[in-house]
Amino acid sequence: MRLPNMFAIIAVVITGGILLYGVSDFPSFGDPKSPANAAVPGSESVSQYFITKSYKDTKVPNLVTSVLADYRGYDTMFETVVIFAAGMAIFAILGSVGGGSQPRVQEEGPSFVDGDHSRIIVGTTCRLLVPVIQVFALYVIGHGHYSPGGGFQGGVILAASFIIIALSSDLDAALRRLSEVNYLRLACVGILIYAGFGVLCQVLESNFLDYGVLQPILLTDGPEMARSHSMLGVEIGVAFTVTAIMFAIYANLSSRGTLRDGL
Amino acid sequence: MTDQIPAILVLAPLFGAMIIGLAGQKDHRACFPVALVSLLVTLFASIGAIFTVIESGPIDYFMGGWEKPLGIGIHLRIDSLNVILLVAIAIVAVLVAIFSIRRIGDKNAEKTPHFYSLYLLLCVGLFGITIAGDAFNLFVLVEVSSLTSYGLIAMGSSRRGTLAAFNYVLMGTVGASFYLLGVGYLYLMTGSLNMQEIHSIFVANPDIASSKAVAISFILILIGIWIKMAFFPLYGWLPNAYSYCPSSSACILAPLMTKISVYVMIRVMISVFGLGWVFASPGYSNLVVWLAVIAILAGSMLALAQREIKKMLCYLIVAEVGYMVGGAWLADEQLWGLTGSLYHILADAAMTLCLFLAAGIFAKRFNAIEIDDLEGLFKKAPWTAAGFVVGALAMIGVPPTCGFFSKFYLIRGGIEANHWEYVIALLISSLVNAVLFFRIFEIAFFGVKPPEGHGHHEEEEAELKEEHHPEIPNWTGTSSLLVASAFVILLGIFNGKVVELIRVALEDLTVVAQRF
Amino acid sequence: MAEFFEQTLQPHFNFWIYVILMMIGLWALIAKNNLIKKLIGMSIFQTAIILFYVSLGVKEDATIPILDPYGQAEHAAAEAEGAETEGEKKRDSYIGKKSPDPDTMANPLPHVLMLTAIVVGVATLGVALSIAQMIFKEFGSLEEDEILEIVKGGSVDD
Repeated sequence: MRLPNMFAIIAVVITGGILLYGVSDFPSFGDPKSPANAAVPGSESVSQYFITKSYKDTKVPNLVTSVLADYRGYDTMFETVVIFAAGMAIFAILGSVGGGSQPRVQEEGPSFVDGDHSRIIVGTTCRLLVPVIQVFALYVIGHGHYSPGGGFQGGVILAASFIIIALSSDLDAALRRLSEVNYLRLACVGILIYAGFGVLCQVLESNFLDYGVLQPILLTDGPEMARSHSMLGVEIGVAFTVTAIMFAIYANLSSRGTLRDGL
Repeated sequence: MTDQIPAILVLAPLFGAMIIGLAGQKDHRACFPVALVSLLVTLFASIGAIFTVIESGPIDYFMGGWEKPLGIGIHLRIDSLNVILLVAIAIVAVLVAIFSIRRIGDKNAEKTPHFYSLYLLLCVGLFGITIAGDAFNLFVLVEVSSLTSYGLIAMGSSRRGTLAAFNYVLMGTVGASFYLLGVGYLYLMTGSLNMQEIHSIFVANPDIASSKAVAISFILILIGIWIKMAFFPLYGWLPNAYSYCPSSSACILAPLMTKISVYVMIRVMISVFGLGWVFASPGYSNLVVWLAVIAILAGSMLALAQREIKKMLCYLIVAEVGYMVGGAWLADEQLWGLTGSLYHILADAAMTLCLFLAAGIFAKRFNAIEIDDLEGLFKKAPWTAAGFVVGALAMIGVPPTCGFFSKFYLIRGGIEANHWEYVIALLISSLVNAVLFFRIFEIAFFGVKPPEGHGHHEEEEAELKEEHHPEIPNWTGTSSLLVASAFVILLGIFNGKVVELIRVALEDLTVVAQRF
Repeated sequence: MAEFFEQTLQPHFNFWIYVILMMIGLWALIAKNNLIKKLIGMSIFQTAIILFYVSLGVKEDATIPILDPYGQAEHAAAEAEGAETEGEKKRDSYIGKKSPDPDTMANPLPHVLMLTAIVVGVATLGVALSIAQMIFKEFGSLEEDEILEIVKGGSVDD
């Protein structure tokens, strides 16, 4: 054990030294005129453009959402692809042969959610909470334009509502509601919605993800509102994918890929 | 239509992956045709891109239509530097897809849609990295390709493979995080994420360009990319990861992942920081060339010591990365080192593809994992042997294969830059490769066992051949291999045209990138 | 000493904090023996980078980057000044008339970039955990030295 410790200490000291050496040139913490926050001579400041002009371009008050889903929407699409790839990779790594094709055996009778009463307190509480959580999740997704929120956050909360069924009664109960085949399809549908919006813009003679040209299809009174509505559309797509894959990650990790017993 | 090419390159495999996810779960036979069609679409798009770039210069594409001011939207750029690389990625992807028909099939039939989906998403990531013009977008795409490669490598059923995959995940994440940190330092000092914009800010503000933070950001980005390309001394993850994973994964990852990282390093050096800034103090470029020399020698010596075929090929990849990094940092006046390095990216992709396809065919059809298992195989599989021989000759550097021409340009750059240690290391490495491969040829052609065991030996081999996948047609693997070896030779014969395209790109970019 | 504190440490204390956090993560990644502890180290490492980015966009006395769409702040200010028509108090008060002052709102771009980075970190953690489960299934242990012993000692197949 001596060798990894020495090597670790040397690596940490050298790396920390290099990083701290560069810190002395940085602007101070909280400086509103630092190059990141204001313009550098010779170029126009990107973040000041976002703050001053993005409401005019997109009519979305939450500046973070407007940058995330419109100006840098291409990055957000690939972020969704990253989550999808992680879900696929986890099944590819853990999925045991024959795990999905054999029928699931009902072990001791129906789980709590479907009638078994041996876990009353936890079961009842969670059962009452699930619809509340889901409504809140839908609120977070839809209200991402006006308050902190959006597709990722709402999708994770929606996935949590399925996970809480799995935690309080049985993984089978949750899988009966969102089975393996279905959650992968939901994830694909989510990304197809996102990319579909983009390709629709390409069909209408503009660049990928240029939502302004969708105005005649969405029947809005200006390209800015078309952008606002398309942002909601792609956030819904993101929420589908995130929900499906977060639940998939839980289901595969907790049952070691067999999707049989679970925690 | 041609102005939408950058988006088509990235979208076609993405839609293919989604369709496989939707439809392929129930019917596994739909996976391969969908994958092949989407990859052929990208192949045609990339060939179209070459013609467009030659005729009318670089293609600039702004996602979401946000063109001005530069930097609010995400910028994709195809110029003569990366257009040939796009074609190379597309060709390699198509060939390995053909090779992998039903190789996943026997034990892991459940995972076929997942394999093809991850494969297509890997291609999306690689294309996206090549055409990215925005530093943060590059990070996201590097993560897409990394995650899919973690999945592809860990999919196998070997014991040592899982530990190797875990180490690969840790090292890959550390590398990508260093890159992200470097981009963060750059953003803090310049306020922009667009590569062209950062460069023009450096040109307009020399005080920012010479600050410590910018130098540290370059070092951080470089370390991150070096981890990803397995440059000495950060190469520990590569041999284990690529040798113990399924053959199809190794065949797509080994030719492409490290080479695209070399391309990213060259792109960052030229388009973001500018060669004048990078080569300003010769001490640092000498240091990097020495590191490259050690990489070449270490890779070649370690390859000599290996008994398994794939591990040997992995150490040869480490040496090849050393060639490319050394060539890029030679800093000779006429930039022949950089030209050689870029040409070697293409050449090495083709050679490595050949060798890994051949190794994959040997492993699957004849269960030949170690070099000694190759006895007498060349007579049984003449076409596979021909492909392997072509790849080996390219590695050694025999004309008219591409390996000879890439060494020629690299040596020329080394001589002009007075880096004799680099030239000597290249020659030693060629010699070591020659020893390595001729030893394999000897075992494979003539065998080691005495002649009277020959008949018995043939019966055993025939039995082995029967057990392993009698239903997979042999032509899938061998035809990919033969096309790959044809490319190795063609790339060598037409090296003049390819190098001319690279020189045009370098002149455009280094004229625009002022030496300040 | 006080001068060092004031000139070097105080304006840059957020950077010092992130470097220390990152080095803790890096040390755990390299030096710890248990695979899950290495993963936790990796997670700390990524989180430190996220902290760095978010601290870039902070401005003194600035509020969150969300505009007030119904113009309630404007409404109150306009009433205080005695605005005439209802139209001036309505919700389109931002368009063309008054854009928010950039110095009063935090920079939204680092937040956007870090949303992506957090998600990528979670995805990588998920994949790494699944590989750790596979390792446990194959070797029966999560300690790296025990696994290396098993691998070197008796591996027949590969």
